[in-house]
Amino acid sequence: MASQPSTRARRGRRGGGRIAANTIGIVASVVLIFPVYWMVLTAFKPGDELMTYTPHFATLHPTLANFSRAVHAPHFADALGNSVVIAFSTMIIALVLALLAAVAIARFRWYGRRAFIFAILVVQMVPMSALIIPLYLMLNSIDQVNKLSGVVLTYLAFVLPFSIWTLRGFVAGVPAELEEAAMVDGCTRLQAFFRIVLPLVFPGLVATSIYALIQSWNEYIMAYVLLSDQQKETLPVWLVSFVSAHGVDYGALMAGATMMALPVVVFFAVIQRHVASGLTAGAVKG
Amino acid sequence: MTAYTQAPAEAAGAAPPGSPPRRRRRLAPRTIGYLLILPTVLVLAGVQGYPLVKLALLSVQDLTQRELFSGLPAPFIGLGNYAKILSDPDFYLVVLRTVAFTAANVALTLVLATGLALVMRAASRWCRLLLTVVLICVWAMPQVVSTLVFNWLFDYEFGVVNWLVGRLPGVDMNGHDWYANTISGFGVITMIVVWGAIPFVAITLYAGISQVPKELEEAARVDGANSRQIFFRVTYPILRPIYTIVTVLSVIWDFQVFNQVWVARGGRPEPQYQTLGVYSFVRAFGVNEYSLGAAIAVITVLLLLIFTVFYIRQSLRQGEID
Repeated sequence: MASQPSTRARRGRRGGGRIAANTIGIVASVVLIFPVYWMVLTAFKPGDELMTYTPHFATLHPTLANFSRAVHAPHFADALGNSVVIAFSTMIIALVLALLAAVAIARFRWYGRRAFIFAILVVQMVPMSALIIPLYLMLNSIDQVNKLSGVVLTYLAFVLPFSIWTLRGFVAGVPAELEEAAMVDGCTRLQAFFRIVLPLVFPGLVATSIYALIQSWNEYIMAYVLLSDQQKETLPVWLVSFVSAHGVDYGALMAGATMMALPVVVFFAVIQRHVASGLTAGAVKG
Repeated sequence: MTAYTQAPAEAAGAAPPGSPPRRRRRLAPRTIGYLLILPTVLVLAGVQGYPLVKLALLSVQDLTQRELFSGLPAPFIGLGNYAKILSDPDFYLVVLRTVAFTAANVALTLVLATGLALVMRAASRWCRLLLTVVLICVWAMPQVVSTLVFNWLFDYEFGVVNWLVGRLPGVDMNGHDWYANTISGFGVITMIVVWGAIPFVAITLYAGISQVPKELEEAARVDGANSRQIFFRVTYPILRPIYTIVTVLSVIWDFQVFNQVWVARGGRPEPQYQTLGVYSFVRAFGVNEYSLGAAIAVITVLLLLIFTVFYIRQSLRQGEID
């Protein structure tokens, strides 16, 4: 009866809404992506188009000169190598520890479990800038200042809580019946874990590992404080010091920034769905 | 799943009926649980717990460069550092600045991200894909990189923003320095922070919103609810746990903003640009008053805890987090 006109009205409204949503979506996309576009564009611009009072919004003469200047700037190779070592070490250690903890939370009931979860959440609340001083003094006393291993250790503290939280959602998402069935069929608990659970949480592991990788790839302030030798600095520290050391050569700086961001963008594109879904799972599921 | 998780002792301990009795000793599930979290507990205790205790201790001591190099124990001076900070009018300015800055950042992030999430749901497939790709690119930008990029956009001489704004009739932006004025300077830093924070919140909220049953909203619409009512009465209550998480995380992240301020001001933030994190760092490492910096950091943590513990406890009680 009344459903006919109301359906039509709804459809009309939704059609109009879709056009409006698409329009807003395009405008928002352009505004949001502009800084990234400007970075990449600057990185490829030839020298005479860089510093102009009237900006060039595109270039017909892309060049790699800026990249070459960035790569040949002092300590680029050192910084790249250090970043790779730190990021991968942090990732591997964090992944193993977080998986163990996630399984403990999602699969076992033990006294203090809720307190542990609470602690995991609270730990993320402690500002890294608040811990810089005691961490610096602590690492100083065990001779880990100015060493990559000291940096990895500190990064673990900041990467672990979130990794556990994310992985927990994935482990909880694997029905325990599957494990039980395997155990009924004669698998030990360990075998059941490796053959049943591990393959199923693999996407979660990928998401978490890349999260850990990116965090330690991007971190700035701890590396800045803990690594005093120029040969030891990581990419973000290199990038910032690059500004002050040479005046601001924006062409080379944007080229360096592009190189540092590119692998992260690619990784993120691969995993973002899992991170978001893992987080939502963590927030809404038990 | 429930049978297993609620009664793990039974599942692990009792041999399944019909199978030959096994005599191998099994670890109790509780013990396995403890063994599994042990490494994490050790690392977190070492790199978060111990430094936190150390931070608290340091804040009631007077550690200077002399003790640091000589290895002599720093003298305890009780609450002297706190007294010193709390009697400093500058400190209250820094706190106010940090709170206002955080509130602005979190509010802007949540409102804009909610808008984007709703747009993503209402838009066509191709537009949603476009937005997702854009958000991922933005999300993936390291803070240091994006701060340097924004500084380039807002460069006083060759910045594209000055040029764009200068197109407006009657506006002369030649050589305009955005950081000369604290309000517009923080405006730029807020843009950097919010721009970087939007993707995570928007994608998370979109993931949640797309799980809200369409029928519920349709029903509300049939009952005569407008879009605003539908969002606040139907969608928001369902998404509350997600909003709790993203709000808490945003507050934590924005309250301790360091990189953006630090890098935007070229590693030498002027006093009027110091937020709590920067202020603590500058006091500790700039003048080597580690203890004073520690006391400021303790106050920062306490301020954050007041807000977040309340929030998390509430969520735990309501069983939203298990």
